[in-house]
Amino acid sequence: MGATHLPSTEFDGTEMDDQLEAEAEAQLGAPAEPMVQLLGPDGTLGSDPVFSKYAEKLDPDTLRGFYADMAKIRRFDVEATALQRQGQLALWVPLTGQEAAQIGSGRASQPQDYIFPTYREHGVALTRNVDLAELLRQFRGVSNGGWNPKDTNFHLYTLVLAAQTPHAVGYAMGIQRDQKLAAANAASAEAGQAVEPNAAVMVYFGDGASSEGDVHESMVFASSYQAPVVFFCQNNHWAISVPSSVQTRIPLANRAKGYGFPGIRVDGNDVIAVHAVTEWALEQAREGNGPVLIEAFTYRVGAHTTADDPTKYRGSAEEGLWRAKDPLARLEKYLRAEGLADDTFFEQVKADGDELAAYVRKTTYDLETPDIRTAFANTYVEAHPLVAEELAWFEEYSAGFADAETAQATSDPAQAEQTDRAAQ
Amino acid sequence: MTTMTIAKAINEGLRATLNKNPRSLLMGEDIGALGGVYRVTDGLIAEFGADRVVDTPLAESGIIGTAIGLSLRGYQPVCEIQFDGFVFPGFNQITTQLAKMHSRSNGNLTVPVVIRIPYGGGIGSIEHHSESPEALFAHTAGLRIITPSNPHDAYWMIQQAVDCQDPVIVFEPKRRYWLKGEVDTETPGASADPFKAHVLREGTDATVVVYGPLVPVALAAAEAAAEDGHSVEVIDLRSISPIDFDTVTASVQKTGRLIVAHEAPTFGGIGGEIAARISERAFHSLEAPVIRVGGFHMPYPVAKVEEDYLPDIDRILEALDRALAY
Repeated sequence: MGATHLPSTEFDGTEMDDQLEAEAEAQLGAPAEPMVQLLGPDGTLGSDPVFSKYAEKLDPDTLRGFYADMAKIRRFDVEATALQRQGQLALWVPLTGQEAAQIGSGRASQPQDYIFPTYREHGVALTRNVDLAELLRQFRGVSNGGWNPKDTNFHLYTLVLAAQTPHAVGYAMGIQRDQKLAAANAASAEAGQAVEPNAAVMVYFGDGASSEGDVHESMVFASSYQAPVVFFCQNNHWAISVPSSVQTRIPLANRAKGYGFPGIRVDGNDVIAVHAVTEWALEQAREGNGPVLIEAFTYRVGAHTTADDPTKYRGSAEEGLWRAKDPLARLEKYLRAEGLADDTFFEQVKADGDELAAYVRKTTYDLETPDIRTAFANTYVEAHPLVAEELAWFEEYSAGFADAETAQATSDPAQAEQTDRAAQ
Repeated sequence: MTTMTIAKAINEGLRATLNKNPRSLLMGEDIGALGGVYRVTDGLIAEFGADRVVDTPLAESGIIGTAIGLSLRGYQPVCEIQFDGFVFPGFNQITTQLAKMHSRSNGNLTVPVVIRIPYGGGIGSIEHHSESPEALFAHTAGLRIITPSNPHDAYWMIQQAVDCQDPVIVFEPKRRYWLKGEVDTETPGASADPFKAHVLREGTDATVVVYGPLVPVALAAAEAAAEDGHSVEVIDLRSISPIDFDTVTASVQKTGRLIVAHEAPTFGGIGGEIAARISERAFHSLEAPVIRVGGFHMPYPVAKVEEDYLPDIDRILEALDRALAY
């Protein structure tokens, strides 16, 4: 890095493009920067001086659970994509390829933690017990939210890129204040009173969103106040059609150093490593050691959304390279090799996935279209004269159509004939 | 009753809020030791500490964005934006996030954030320090916008903004920060509802609607008009969103003429909205077209010529003459 990357005086755009492309390719093969990896693509478990101890805590049930979750959310992704293709959803944002990054990090969070997703975190939603059919409300066009974040501590999806990152930091600043208030109260209260567990915040964003100013401002605030927040960046390599090399010339995790807190790049296709690193980072935050940035190095195997066509901007060889690093395949290899799961288990996982898909399909069809009156009701918390006036107008206007329908019904010839007969 | 300036009244209002509401806090640039560039938060950090009077990094999007997060955790942040022209780095957070959170959560979430913005010109300052961007925010559903014109209102309106469960922007008329007046800190009296307009002077020939910094100007114009034998009613709008159209309509039904004056440019402004609504509500009462008095369609001009830009007594009287000529 450094001066060699500065454009020369003979700089022209094509050269730059070629250079970026070459770098992107180099980056895709094997990242030169250190990256935490425990479970390799071949399914063998390696070691790490800091994070192995977190992996060692994982019992067979938990490991099987990771696999089941990843398989479930991939099956859900397939079903949602099909629903979009069949006209049942306006849009779908697929996550295939990012299952380990999402399940590993989501499973590392505690119920008292609060999670701010962007809009692709269906896997994290699963780990937070969000009803996946509720999650489809937004994509079916019947809600801009869909679930109540207070039920699961999983915030609404945010579509304006990175806008949720300062919300996460503010929420974490609130946790800090709550802890001080609780400490003050505990000092004056009787001993033996239940103590709320420490909480942290985790906020998701991508390599594309990392360029947004809100990420920068959030990291400045988080660092200044040592807020208990984990920035979880899924570097899936593509911001729609633009490679991550256009967003950053250095590994994204390295940016944390500039803000004064730890940044870790983890193999985002290794669910065990993602879980370990996230568990560590959340512990750091909960214990008052300030923020952590995690860069999960992963890949969006599918399109950005169902409106996208990746063949226009990237080669299939690249996709093939990443399919070989598939997060499910490597965990399956490991579970089988260690004798932790057999065919019966994997068949059951598949059956559970199909059951979930059927449930999601059925509930999608059943999702009720809201009445626009709910939009009038939810614009403000407190009574608002303009909203009341416009609603009153709308009611009167709508009632006019109802009257017209009644009038039309009475002028219907068949009905008129009937009336005539009755009169005779 | 105590006599104090608008700046001091807001300071006292914030102090009262911090005292009665343990989950309220102030955030902004230089609001701590300095007490804000206008000293509106003077002394509060010494009294309430740095966790409740928060000197933030210099980043408006970060201020509004973290305030949203704090409000989601149950806090009631009051953000200070240092000057009107510097709110725009936070515009995205205000319009796409703050204004919509309650609606997009189907009513499950509330974000009772208050944003204080000193606004308006007439202080001879450099660019970006004299603007009136209220219409840009009034156009966004989900926000409420109020603007006090006197110390009593300033004292109560800032507290009412914090008590309100919707996001509220308080536009503070910066050239009137040093305007003195009586404040009843015991009871808001007629100022109990911050979203209601006040008839400040009754009249029969024409109505002048103003808010914030132009209220004293309109009152002076009405006084001058009275010397010429014209009876002018002056309304202080107080709330820009929602607008109390009932009070304005009732006045126009009585006077038959309406002039709306504000510092902001007339095109696409609050005056245009009032003109349209009143023409719908009181068409048969109008003896003349509604006339707007306001800034021109240009970036706020340099300080040495701002007097030619800002509505003053003569500009309001000129509009009155035109209205009376019909």
